[in-house]
Amino acid sequence: MVQTVDPAVRQGWRQGTRGKRLSILLSRVLRTRGAGFGIVVVAVVLAAAATATFISPYDPNVPQADILQPPSLRFILGTDHLGRDVLSRIIYGARIAVLAGVVSVGFAITIGVTIGLMAGYWGGWVDDVLMRLVDTISSFPVLVLALAIAFSLGQGLINAMIAIGVVFTPAFARLVRGQALSVRECDFVTAARVLGAVPIRIMLVHILPNVLAPIIVQSSLMVAQAILAEASLSFLGLGIEPPNASWGSMLRSAYQYMEQAPQLSFFPGVAIFVTVLGLNMLGDGLRVALDPRLRERGRS
Amino acid sequence: MTQYLLRRLTYFIPVIFLVTVVVFCITLLLPGDPALAFLGEGNINDKVAYEAMRKELGLDQPVPVQYAKWLSRVVQGDLGRSVRTHEPVLEALGARLPVTLGLATMALGIALLIAIPIGIISATRPNSKIDSIGTVVAIGGVAIPEFWLGILLIYLFAVWLHWLPPSGYTPPSAGIWPYLRSMILPAVSLGMALNAVTMRQTRSSLIEVMQQEYIVTARAKGLAEKVIISSHALKNALIPVATVIGLQVGRLFGGAVVVETIFALPGMGRLAADSIFFRDFPMLQGVVLIMAVAVLICNLLTDLLYAYLDPRIRYS
Repeated sequence: MVQTVDPAVRQGWRQGTRGKRLSILLSRVLRTRGAGFGIVVVAVVLAAAATATFISPYDPNVPQADILQPPSLRFILGTDHLGRDVLSRIIYGARIAVLAGVVSVGFAITIGVTIGLMAGYWGGWVDDVLMRLVDTISSFPVLVLALAIAFSLGQGLINAMIAIGVVFTPAFARLVRGQALSVRECDFVTAARVLGAVPIRIMLVHILPNVLAPIIVQSSLMVAQAILAEASLSFLGLGIEPPNASWGSMLRSAYQYMEQAPQLSFFPGVAIFVTVLGLNMLGDGLRVALDPRLRERGRS
Repeated sequence: MTQYLLRRLTYFIPVIFLVTVVVFCITLLLPGDPALAFLGEGNINDKVAYEAMRKELGLDQPVPVQYAKWLSRVVQGDLGRSVRTHEPVLEALGARLPVTLGLATMALGIALLIAIPIGIISATRPNSKIDSIGTVVAIGGVAIPEFWLGILLIYLFAVWLHWLPPSGYTPPSAGIWPYLRSMILPAVSLGMALNAVTMRQTRSSLIEVMQQEYIVTARAKGLAEKVIISSHALKNALIPVATVIGLQVGRLFGGAVVVETIFALPGMGRLAADSIFFRDFPMLQGVVLIMAVAVLICNLLTDLLYAYLDPRIRYS
């Protein structure tokens, strides 16, 4: 395999505007099987979360009719054990899922990238100390540590997001450290150091932009894991407080009415499953699009 | 190998120490006073009893002293007493450990029985029907929440078909068949994600090994494809699979919390969930500590196994 990257695409990438670059990235993402499905799912969930107030047929927290009604024209997905509209609660649940995914992963990125950059750039004892801390957090089962932190901080969405953010921090710290270790040896970093740039500038201006691609890929996969973790915490009663709707808390209450209204357990689960599936597929697409080795292997 | 083992142990010991610090800190973050939790609502205004309880729990001393005393008790096997039942935490954990171990073992067994054969077929016959089914199962398996899969399985096999009990635990002493009947649905729920990860890993590592030069040589010598796969390719392809399985132990313990809650299994995961519900922090602390140490030991054993199977690791 002599020439694997289309020169026109390469030139367009280098010389193009931001919009052009995005369209090249999108076309690369779409070459991976299932990535298109992922983009559609993520777009639908984001749209539902953003417009929940306008598109929800009913108030999600107010009983509207008799309890445990099956799907009908009036209540497309039926009503729950308190007579609330299930469709409206699922639409509002999308808002919680997006919030939990984005905020907890944002928290993990902020702390993890900082740790990874410092460990990778400075090395030596700083690396040893920070990485032992990261190893310590990694040695706990994710859900068990998230439970323990959420338990200590108390019930609530913010506390659940902090708990998930803490347990996801090691993934980003390890990823960035590994990349920073190799980037710090590059000539342009040496040049910046020779020109008198301070370490924090080298880390933020020279190293960070070069490790962004794997962070983006990891983020999309971790948002999916964060949504699953939030749903698990809510299912165990440590997520969002009632009467607000989250997909996990909906399953928690629906589980008790499995014989009378099995559909109640079905719809929130489908929402979690499809969203996580879509994010994973988008993540796979991004991974292939942003990693030249995988892209070339895919073409060969 | 001995040098490698010593090197790994020098890394293992400080991490174990830091794990105990984190577990101890869980109680420091708790809102409210642990002494009040031990006293119960009836004695909440009894100041003498409150001060005595603070002294008994060592809460009147500085945090580092509290930690040192707690650690010295932990290394002697004393993890404290449950706030709710007042039974020793270690005894409670010991009683529930076999349930969780049985569940995790069954989940692992089911995952491997499905994942490895399908992974091999997918790798050797890419784009076949089995490969397509395997890909769908692998992609879906990592996206499906354990608790939702558990609910679906209960509805299908217990509520609708009446083939299996919806929940509850039958110990092996009551007969192997009733035990298996009570564990099969939880084990499938817990093993699905592991199955997906193992299947993907088996497929990709076998594809990679099949492109190696020694496999080309074996083909050139005229060996049958089955012999090449079973005698030459599989041994090397399964090394990374063993590592992936070892690293999934934490996931099994985490999943056990929700799976045991749904299926009402009296294991460590359910104990963790109940501890949260009843705010039983010594019990939760004990569960978290034991699970973290178990994960660390499994990671260490995985590393050693990997180094044993692949000598390049221990000489690097």
